Amino acid sequence: MMYSRPAPQIGFSFEYLMWIFTRVSGLALVILAIIGVIGAFWMGARTQVDLPTLLRWTFFPNPNHVVNSNIPDVAIGWATAYWQIMEMMIVFFGVTHGINGLRVVIEDYLKASWARPLLRGLLFAIWIFMLIIAVYVILAS
Amino acid sequence: MALSRSVGLKGLRYRGGGPMLVWALHRIGGLSIILFVSLHVVSSFFMQQTGSDFATWVNIVYESPWFQLFLYFFVLFHAINGTRIILMDFWPKLYRYQREMNWMVWLIFIPLYGLTVFIMIQSALTAG
Repeated sequence: MMYSRPAPQIGFSFEYLMWIFTRVSGLALVILAIIGVIGAFWMGARTQVDLPTLLRWTFFPNPNHVVNSNIPDVAIGWATAYWQIMEMMIVFFGVTHGINGLRVVIEDYLKASWARPLLRGLLFAIWIFMLIIAVYVILAS
Repeated sequence: MALSRSVGLKGLRYRGGGPMLVWALHRIGGLSIILFVSLHVVSSFFMQQTGSDFATWVNIVYESPWFQLFLYFFVLFHAINGTRIILMDFWPKLYRYQREMNWMVWLIFIPLYGLTVFIMIQSALTAG
């Protein structure tokens, strides 16, 4: 059952901010993915890489990401500050876009009640947790 | 009123047509992507910290061809349809061509996804 939400306020509000963020981060993710594909081909994917490895290099060029792609990352230059920052950006935009999308879907089906702040708190905790462990994986490997 | 009228199974056939299909796929795909990206991050973490069997198992599930077929479908569709939504939100005049934009999504999606599936099948066959 869908419930109608009150129309968002005109002007600067949380919903408006997240609406804009969803568009901007979606565009950013597409652009980051294209840059990642170009980087992967630049570094030799065109001759030696299967599809899982290409995806690993595109979205998260990290040795702990996909086990069966055995091409050493460090030797060919992914372990630089540039690609670490790219990884962090893709994690931040991706996780935030996703958790906010989950919030929108949940609140489409959930009447405003005591459960809403509870679920928002839970999603916020998951969001922070994901960001912290992802950044830890990037920096520690 | 509306709720007291029994529609039975016909109620499931909401005839939203193409736009509704695209909306539903966008939503289902988004939820699936959240699920597997979250599992990905968690399994990368355990892979790095412990190298545990659980992390290896999750990674092997991701790398299976069947899982990848779904993954490419949802990621590609979500990206292309999301681009359509962004375009239409920032240039509202495009709403006049909503049906055409939806067809454009499929026109871009089908060749890209077909190419991906072709490469996957080809590499699976040559790998033996």
